[in-house]
Parts: sequence; C-alpha cells; structure tokens
Amino acid sequence: MKHRHIIGCLLAGALCATPAMAQELTGTLKNIKDTGAITLGFRDSSIPFSYLDDSQKPVGYAMDICYKIVDAVKKELKLDKLEVKLNPVTSSTRIPLLANGTIDLECGSTTNNAERQKQIAYTNTHFLTASRYVSKKSSKINSIDDLKGKAVVSTSGTTNIKQLTEANAEKKLGANIIPAKDHAEAFLMVETDRAVAFVMDDILLASLVAGSKAPDDYVISKDAFSKPEPYGIMLRKDDPAFKKVVDAATSALYKGGEGQKIYDKWFTQKIPPKGLNLNSPMSAELKNQYAKPSDSPDPDAYK
Amino acid sequence: MNYNWNWSIFFEPAPGGTGTYFDMLLSGLWLTIQTGIFAWIIALIFGSIVGVLRTLPSKTAYWIGFAWVEFFRNMPLLVQLFLWFFVLPELLPRSWGLWLKQMPNAPFYTAAIGVGLFMSARVAVQLAAGIASLPRGQKQAATALGLTTFQGYRYVLLPIAFRIIMPPLTSEFLNTIKNTAVAITIGLIELTGQARSMQEFSFQVFEAFTAATVMYLLINIVVVTGMRFLERSLAIPGYITGK
Amino acid sequence: MFASFDFDVIRRSLGYLFLDGMAFTLTLTALSALGGIIFGTLIALMRLSGFKVLGRIAGLYVDFMRSLPLVLVIFWFYFLVPYLGQWLTGASRPISVGAFTSALVTFIMFEAAYFSEIMRAGIQSISKGQPAAANALGMTYAQTMRYVVLPQAFRNMLPVLLTQTIVLFQDTSLVYVLSMPDFLGAASKVAQRDGRLVEMYLFAAVVYFTISCVASFGVRRLQARISIVR
Repeated sequence: MKHRHIIGCLLAGALCATPAMAQELTGTLKNIKDTGAITLGFRDSSIPFSYLDDSQKPVGYAMDICYKIVDAVKKELKLDKLEVKLNPVTSSTRIPLLANGTIDLECGSTTNNAERQKQIAYTNTHFLTASRYVSKKSSKINSIDDLKGKAVVSTSGTTNIKQLTEANAEKKLGANIIPAKDHAEAFLMVETDRAVAFVMDDILLASLVAGSKAPDDYVISKDAFSKPEPYGIMLRKDDPAFKKVVDAATSALYKGGEGQKIYDKWFTQKIPPKGLNLNSPMSAELKNQYAKPSDSPDPDAYK
Repeated sequence: MNYNWNWSIFFEPAPGGTGTYFDMLLSGLWLTIQTGIFAWIIALIFGSIVGVLRTLPSKTAYWIGFAWVEFFRNMPLLVQLFLWFFVLPELLPRSWGLWLKQMPNAPFYTAAIGVGLFMSARVAVQLAAGIASLPRGQKQAATALGLTTFQGYRYVLLPIAFRIIMPPLTSEFLNTIKNTAVAITIGLIELTGQARSMQEFSFQVFEAFTAATVMYLLINIVVVTGMRFLERSLAIPGYITGK
Repeated sequence: MFASFDFDVIRRSLGYLFLDGMAFTLTLTALSALGGIIFGTLIALMRLSGFKVLGRIAGLYVDFMRSLPLVLVIFWFYFLVPYLGQWLTGASRPISVGAFTSALVTFIMFEAAYFSEIMRAGIQSISKGQPAAANALGMTYAQTMRYVVLPQAFRNMLPVLLTQTIVLFQDTSLVYVLSMPDFLGAASKVAQRDGRLVEMYLFAAVVYFTISCVASFGVRRLQARISIVR
C-alpha cells in the first residue's frame, strides 16, 4: 500500500508539473490522442528485454516497462481506449524508424550514449551492461588480442560493433568483422563456426548461451570492450511533453516496488519460451539507479 | 522535413580508423564491382554451357539444362544464398564444412558463386533463345563443312548468338551487380552494406543512401556506355546488329 | 546424413509459417502486383503520350528504379515513406506508417518500373490502325485507351505480367532485412529460436520452389492457350 501512495504522489506531482490538458497538446502526445494508437518497436531476439515467445508475440522486461508507460500515457490523455501497435525493429533500423515516426517508443536493449542523444532521447535507464564477447571454449580465445586475424561477428547498428571496429583499428587486430542482422543470427554464426566470437552486451550473451543447444560449450570473456553502459527506452528528441510523461511513469515504476517485481520476473525466474532462468539478481549499480532514476548517458554516473 | 541534413558528413572520419565515410563507401563500391564481375564470369560460364545443352538434339542434355534453369529460377536469391551459406556446410562431412566456414572472405565467395549460379539460369535462357533464333541453315552449313558439333558451336553458332543477345546480356550484367546487394544478409559489406553501416555510425540515413544511389547510377551509366561501345565494335556489317 | 536433424520443428511451426508468414507474403505479392500494374500502366501511358516532358519524366523514373538494387530501395522507402506522407498531407510531423504499408509502397513503386516496360510493349503491339479507327469513331483519348487499346495490351501481355508477378513473389522475401514476418522471416525466426536453421531453410526453399514452379507451369499453359487464339 505504501508504494501505491508513492506512485500516486508522483503521478499527481507529474500532473501538476505539466498542466498538459490545459495547454494545446503537441508532438507525440497529440499524435497519440489524434490516432488513438501508440506504436511500440520491439526486437526479435534481445532476450530477456524484448523478444518473441513461442507464439511469436513480443515479450520481455523492456516490453513490460513499455506497457506501463502506455498505461500512464492513456491516463495522462484521459483516453478510454488506447490501441497498442507493434512494429519489429532491428539494431540498424530502430533509430531511423523512431525519427521518422514509424514507432513512438523503442522497447529493447538500446545503449544510451551521448552521441545517440544528439539524435533521439532516452527515458530513465532500465539496465546496465558491459560489452564483451562470447566464444566456444574449444577455440581458446582468452583475451581480446586472441581475436587477431579471426572472423568476429557483432550485430549491425549497435554500439558494440562500433567499439569492436574501433578496437580493431586501435590494437591493429586485423579481425574480419561480420555484421549480423540480429543477435540470434550473430550467435548462430559462432554456433556454426562461421565466426570465432560474438561481441555484444554481456547480459544478452548470457541469455543466448543459456538458451543454446549446448550452453557448456561457450565462455563469455572477462575482457570487456566498455564500462557497464546504461540501456534506455528510446523516444523522439525535442518532445519534452511526451518525455515528461514517460520519465514520470518509469521513475514511479522504479521507485515503487513494481519495477523490482518486473525485474525479478525476467531475470531471476523462469522465462518463456523454454523456461530458462537467467539467475541474475539486480546489481548494486542498477539498485542505485532504481532509487535515483536518471537518463544520463555517462557510465560513470551509475557508480 | 524535420531532418538534420549534414552533407559534410562524408569528409568526417569513420570509426574504422581507415579514413572518412566517403572512403568507406568507396571500399563498398569496389567490393560491389569485384563481386559483380566474379559472379558475372560464373554466370557466363555456366549459363553458356547450360544454354547450349538446351539446344542440343540429345534429350538428356535438354533435360539437364531444363532442370538447371528451373532449379535456380524458382527460388528467391536470398533463400539460395542462405542454402549455400548456412545449410551446405552442415550437410558436408564435418571437416569439409569447417574448412568452408572458416575460409577467409567466405561471404565474398558465397555471394559471388550464389549470385553467379542464380544469374546463370537467366543467361542460359537468353543464349538458348539466341541460338534458336538463328536460321537452321547455319547449323546445317557447319555440318556440311565437316565441322563437329563442338566446332559448329564454337566457330559458327555461338559467335553470332552472343552478338544477337548482347543487349539483354547487358541488362543481365547490371542485374548481377545489383543482386550482389542481397549478400548483405550473409555479411558481405558491399555498397549497400557500407551505406547501412554509415547510417548506423553517423545517423545520417538519407545522405548515406543518396551517395550509394548515385554510385549505383554511375555503375549503370558506365556499364551501359561500355556495352554499347562493345556492341558496335563487334557488330557484323550488314548482319543482325550491324547497321 | 539427416540423422541429427529434427524435421518435427517444421510440423510444430506450420501454423505460424503459413497462417502468418505465407499470408503476409501472398497478400504483399497480390497487392503489390495490382498496384504495380496500375501504376506501371500509367507510366507506360505517360511515356507513349507524345508529351515530351511527361515522357522524359516517366523514362527517367523507369531507368532510375531499374538501376538500383531492391535491397537499397527497401531501406530507402522504409525510412522515407513517413516523411513523404508528411509532405503529401501537409502534416506537422512524419506520418506513422506500419511495416506492411511501407513494404507495399516500396514494392508498388519499384515493380511499377518493370511492369511499365511490359505494358509499353503491350500497347505498342496494338496496330496503329486501331486507335486511329477509334479516333475516327469520335472516341476520346481516354475512351480509346480504356475500351480499345488497354484491354488488348493487357490480354496479350498477361503471361509476361504473371511471370513478373512470380519474380515479385520471390522478391518479397527481401523484407527479411527489415525483420518483417513474411514467410522467410517467419522461417528464420523459428530457425533461430530453435537452432534448426538447416531444416527451416531447406523447407523454405522447397516451399518457394514448389509455388514458383506450379505458378510458372500455369503461366506456360495459359500462354499456349492465348497464342492459339491469336
């Protein structure tokens, strides 16, 4: 009950802070009100953030957060009915599709960094993860330097492939970088020995390994290509009214107990489609972030 | 249009550390040309063999030619590339499959061979039609001169047939180059792939795609002009394409 | 050789593959062919209209589209269509366009270039005496096209139009690059989820092959019938 109060207060606060109904609606909120629909972008295989379950319906931690945001938007606009449309996105299409109005929120595993903030905006961070690589134990890749001259895959359009490209030039690795369409396809390249390693955020690697045919065959590197970086749900830039609603909704969610519940549902319990349990309780940094939600792109801000 | 245009993006350094975004696109253009030419050679070789098979009197030869064309024509190119890239190595003995998969530049060879075989079916159809359009007297004259079937094709039928089908072959060559773009799905970073990477790194979608578009148009103009020139220089005066 | 393969995965996902994936592919093919033929005919009429400027514009459009790889055009339109919608409707922000609509617009615009060349050949195959006779009867240009030229052109070109539609059917598989749930997209999603790509890709190949083969056989029979009538 206590949490309810907090949420209530926060929502009330948010409502007072934005006398939106009195003013003319603008941007995304106006669009949602006019069309009676909001479009969420989802991912194919960002387990457990946003992926397809057995009936090919998008589910996941980020999807649940987005549905909470949708509820808040519905309330804010005083709508009886709000249709939720779903649109598939890939790492390489998500930013242009958000910019061109195809989707209103991107619910996935998108790294929040300063460079991208020039293009789009993020709401409060929902996860922190570092960029590492997965390889087969049998290929004996012990450090980033062992990738010299090898075929390495990453998902196109991610910060990871950019970090890999930069490390490749900086350390003169001469690795052959293969871009894949999505995480599942990239992992498949390692599974079928097309590439020796897959560079990606460690949590996504862990989920892919856990869901694979032989999880014991793989090892995730200790070497990281980056500090733990924040994940955020993306929304269009320069739309303060919409961002305010979304920020208030996520902030209330994280500070209240409900966020923790959603987190536990996806990270410490069995998840569809195969009943996997990722067994990764919330890190201290993320707990901090939950207590003091922020959309900062700076990894050091989360220490 | 609320989009931030930035045309100077091409001169900014790309994250690869190897140069600007423009250099990135140029390397993609070069790979597109290389893949296209390699694929076209394969298409011409297999297309000629199969095209000839389809015109031989032997029933077996005809059927082999027919089956080849139907096989490569009735499946999307994307599916064919997936078959070569993902499925074939799994069906081979393990060590062969592994060798195939760990070959450097595997996407390049897979793309060139995959696109080449796909296009060979079209070349075969064009060539068979070209041979069929020749007056029957040509073949009979070759036989009467004591030429073997091989010689008849080599010295009489094929030289004329290829000249006849030059215009459709030009557009098939262009199709070959365009079709290499499908290989971004197996990790080949050719022109379309580099434009996509540039978009991902720089967020300048429309500049990247505009540049790629212009480059494809240039390829087109160069090939069409070159082939016209070739057509004219190969034309037999007073005959078919000659004026 | 297939001992370690699990072909049951196909049976388990049949519903999703056909009811969702194939339905998406076939709907996209049918609507794109329809739209492409209509738009293509308009382009062909522009080219043959006798107005130099119109003809030039139409010709440039056809050459332009035919110079570009479909994959690039798919990317272009997916990102561009909402802005075009904004420009056309005069809205203040880009129009939200769904994945399917976007793909549909792409294929109509792209295939129209190819369909227009077929229709142009069809229109040119009608002897000049016919429009002249229609004109003498007092028919307007629109009436001549509508009642005399186009029905014949369309009929003569039907086999070629259908063959191009089969190519279009195969081309729709390229929406895979946008993660859309067409037949191939559906197959690859199942393949990646269950780690069964050999089985799923082979199955997809067989399905595409069968449909295209049967369809082109049908077109050949139709062609034989039409050519007898002529």
